[in-house]
Amino acid sequence: MGLEAVLQKEGFLTTTIDAVVGWARKSSVWPMPMGISCCAIEMIAAADPKYDIARFGSEVMRFSPRQSDLMIVAGTVTYKMAQVVRRIYDQMPEPKWVIAMGACTSSGGMYRSYSVVQGIDQFLPVDVYTAGCPPRPENLLNALMTIQEKIGKTRARDFQNRSLAELEHSQN
Amino acid sequence: MNTKELIIERVKEKFSESIEEISDFRDDLCFTIKKDQIVNLGKFLKEEPDLQFIMCKDVTAIDWATRKKRFTTVYHIYSFKLNYTLRLKSNIDDDPPTIETVSAVWQSANWYERETWDMYGIKFINHPDLRRIYMPEGFEHHPLKKDFPVLGIPGSLPLPNKAD
Ligand code: SF4
Repeated sequence: MGLEAVLQKEGFLTTTIDAVVGWARKSSVWPMPMGISCCAIEMIAAADPKYDIARFGSEVMRFSPRQSDLMIVAGTVTYKMAQVVRRIYDQMPEPKWVIAMGACTSSGGMYRSYSVVQGIDQFLPVDVYTAGCPPRPENLLNALMTIQEKIGKTRARDFQNRSLAELEHSQN
Repeated sequence: MNTKELIIERVKEKFSESIEEISDFRDDLCFTIKKDQIVNLGKFLKEEPDLQFIMCKDVTAIDWATRKKRFTTVYHIYSFKLNYTLRLKSNIDDDPPTIETVSAVWQSANWYERETWDMYGIKFINHPDLRRIYMPEGFEHHPLKKDFPVLGIPGSLPLPNKAD
């Protein structure tokens, strides 16, 4: 008996609002492509037909932070750029998530130098770190799937007047 | 007379006293000149009809750290007429390192000198707009100096507060 056979009859499903909202949210994570250097090329590659980020509902790269849920920070963040990254992050509506893509963003990478922030977690709450220089598109997709898993576990009331520390705790 | 001999001869005619050294390493001709003559030499090389070094490709500096004359400024200039790149150098001492700007001779030197100021702290006298170009305004150090730590000085560059 296939799905069509069931749908011919009148029927209903029981579920919780949280489950439906969580499912909808995680299947339409719209990324803000914060591509600041070489890693951005692999991020673009993840959107091409071969890797096809559309399979996860995330093909809509929004260049406006107001329409995005997920910031993919792909590239070397310098101290000067950190101000910009933070400002764009602040413009994204809640709820929002962050992927630190690549060695540079996660830890400063090969730029152990005065001008590069040694890890964006110094000023952003990072949800998933991605290893590699640059990470392969599969690796980015893996990070996205990890985020989806995390989003699936959220509940609507998680985002109502709760501090980040509390949120982190409830989501892990 | 080949190009190199021509340049050397012309420069020697006018600047024999202020030239400190003429080197020709691996076919790169280089004049080291006293720092008070750099603008005159630049103007001469640019305006002399036989030479016409009308393009300034780069201005940078070297920090020798332990030498008595701690810094050397380096200029790369190019002549379309001769199809030749020439290097000029000038040794300057520390505290505080200063040299006359060549931006009046070559407009392009304006930003190169801002970069050199930003990175080495060399003051270019009479520069029209000597501001930092890479580092944020308000930064107090000059990162390419040898006594600047590779990882920077903690707290010298502001970071946004942690988001909550
Ligand atoms: S991690 Fe590697 S590929 Fe990515 S931005 Fe840094 S240097 Fe470029």
